[in-house]
Amino acid sequence: MDYLDALSMHASRLWEGLLITLQLTLISGILAFIVAVILGLMAGSTRKLVRFPARIIIEFFRGTSLLVQLMWLFYVLPLFGPSLDAMLVGIFALTLNYGAYGAEAVRASMTSVPQSQWEATIALSMSWQHKIRRVIFPQAWALMLPSLTNLWVHLLKGSSIVYIIGMSEFTFELLQLRRTTDWFFALAMVGLIVYFLIALALTQLMRLLEVRAKHRLGRGPSLKEILSPMPPKTPAADNASDTHVTGGAR
Amino acid sequence: MNTLAMLTSTVAGTVDVPDIDDTTSYWRWDFAWEVLPEMLRSFFQVTLLVTVVGTLIAVVLGLALAILIRVLPRPLAWIITWIANFIRMTPIVVQLLVLFYGFVWMEPMTIALLVYGIHYSTYMSEVYRAGIDSVPTGQWEATTALSMPATRVWSRVIIPQALRSTVPSLGNYAISMFKDTPFLIAISVMEMVTTALEIGGFTYRYIETITIAGLIFLVASYLTAVLVNRLEKRLAYQH
Amino acid sequence: MPTNTEHQQTQPVIEFQDVEKRYGNKTVLNDLSFKIERGERVTLIGPSGSGKTTVLRLVMTLEELTGGYVFIDGKPLAYEQRGGKRLPVSKRDQKQLRTRIGMVFQHFNLFPNMTVIENMIEAPVHVLGKSKAEATARAHELLAQVGLPDKADAHPSSLSGGQQQRVAIARALAMDPEILLLDEVTSALDPEVVGDVLQILRDVAATTNVTMLIVTHEMSFARDVSHRVMMLDGGKIIESDDPETIFTKPNNERTQQFLSAVLGND
Repeated sequence: MDYLDALSMHASRLWEGLLITLQLTLISGILAFIVAVILGLMAGSTRKLVRFPARIIIEFFRGTSLLVQLMWLFYVLPLFGPSLDAMLVGIFALTLNYGAYGAEAVRASMTSVPQSQWEATIALSMSWQHKIRRVIFPQAWALMLPSLTNLWVHLLKGSSIVYIIGMSEFTFELLQLRRTTDWFFALAMVGLIVYFLIALALTQLMRLLEVRAKHRLGRGPSLKEILSPMPPKTPAADNASDTHVTGGAR
Repeated sequence: MNTLAMLTSTVAGTVDVPDIDDTTSYWRWDFAWEVLPEMLRSFFQVTLLVTVVGTLIAVVLGLALAILIRVLPRPLAWIITWIANFIRMTPIVVQLLVLFYGFVWMEPMTIALLVYGIHYSTYMSEVYRAGIDSVPTGQWEATTALSMPATRVWSRVIIPQALRSTVPSLGNYAISMFKDTPFLIAISVMEMVTTALEIGGFTYRYIETITIAGLIFLVASYLTAVLVNRLEKRLAYQH
Repeated sequence: MPTNTEHQQTQPVIEFQDVEKRYGNKTVLNDLSFKIERGERVTLIGPSGSGKTTVLRLVMTLEELTGGYVFIDGKPLAYEQRGGKRLPVSKRDQKQLRTRIGMVFQHFNLFPNMTVIENMIEAPVHVLGKSKAEATARAHELLAQVGLPDKADAHPSSLSGGQQQRVAIARALAMDPEILLLDEVTSALDPEVVGDVLQILRDVAATTNVTMLIVTHEMSFARDVSHRVMMLDGGKIIESDDPETIFTKPNNERTQQFLSAVLGND
């Protein structure tokens, strides 16, 4: 069968598989972010009773492999509780696994916010929620974005294994090509390129968020300046770089 | 439809499985004990082997990539960088499948070592790149002032200084490679989780095997993390 | 030269009682006791490592008090004696006391994710519960006072060091503190802007009745603005007197050595 014929014949199935992969990546990505923030905040707490359970959950889901979690939810969980359909199992496993990794990124970036900023919030008598929401998290956000971007790409890549529990996502549909065509290798390369393009799109999207986050902290150009075709002006932040404060100084 | 069931039925008979047909009780210790040796065997023979050899390939290839990108002329370096990006940003599972069905004459184990080694070399080259960038410009200037040849500059000055800061990150990537080994199920290499599911395929008991697989992963990644941590501390002291 | 006659109250606004501060096995403050009256301005001087900054950080509860007691308006700040035992005070009581204390840091510590005006109204609105309009009006007033009336919507990173420190002073004052702690506020500034910042603090001292506890290397500022100067060395107060006496005829030999070293370099 001709290469392009094979591609066009399978195009609609591949497209449906692609949509499922995109759904998995987006839904699990967002849920994993929520899990990461909650667990990350808990793990950064000074209270043992809050920190300890979070640490156990994080280490558990980071330490056991994604496929183990997927299989456990698929084969073992129904023994005790609900028998979830494959899509839900996929979303849960991806959410918990990458949420745990994300929690570590959230925690680490919060501790990287200079000690002096934490001290300033004490001097202004801010409550815990207040300082986290208004002062610490906005600064940690810029620091954690690169890690979150990497994790999101990891999640996209990890989603390719859920065909094993019977989900007809993109990798599954790619595999089906093997049955009807001798062009599998070439078609699979197209598949790899599609994954690559999605990953690139995710990375660029997150980079825009990062630019915005940094600009809000007074570092680097604004999104407008970056997206406009005009040559950028010298950033205003430069004249203050000599007074830029490094944290922890006493 | 369950691809796994298809898959396990084709390779059935390769594993010794205890004859237990009780599928109702939650956890059976006798079954757990019986399958443990088989699980450990696949762990040491496949999971650990792929991790260790894969890491060795990645460590060497990653360094080569990092240096090549640094010394090659711009267009070539750019091409290599994007090939590396391509490999890094696409799923290991699909890479395994492409080689598995594309080059049917290749041993699955060879494919496994190649894919894991090359995939992670693209991560490790980034680590090396950061390490090389962290060597102060003064060091480069000093080698120029001493008219040192390029090979000496790299082997005696830059690489030794760049390597020190890379060890913890390289260790972490070795751990993630280890946790990615179950993806080998895609090409039916009998690593630990595949073995667990295979046993489940005959006995309809999954709880013990999958739980044991999870625990082995947990213990092994904990031990490796402790090891990397120690190494990091020791290297920090020497500074 | 300010005089110290208006403090009739018997209740000191800050009191240190046998305070000890250790980091691990390194003792920074040892058996430190002193009182500061309401409205009094006290400067701590002493060689680096003598524990001056630690005193301020203990008042702001930025450091754990490892021994002794600190009282604000007679109320225990970190630890209290109950039933013969030294027990930590409740978080709520501590927070209550803390709202009366403001601090200006060596490195300003403005929040980079907020504009100048947002930095200044954040705590008054959300901690003190002031209305946004009221807090904003007060903030503009204070900005004018520190000479930056047109910088309300600027980003901290676009300001010079001296301007950032002036905003930081205004931010601390926006909380209407009873006690203002100044921790080497000019040490991170370029020499040519130090004078401006000190002038603002002189104005604050002249126009308000806020109690000030100051750590500084600017001896002429200390001399002009304080009612009292305390010399710290090795975690202890070795001399405490009015600035005139300290700077012209100190009794303690270490004080003499320190001052001749510092002023000699000036």
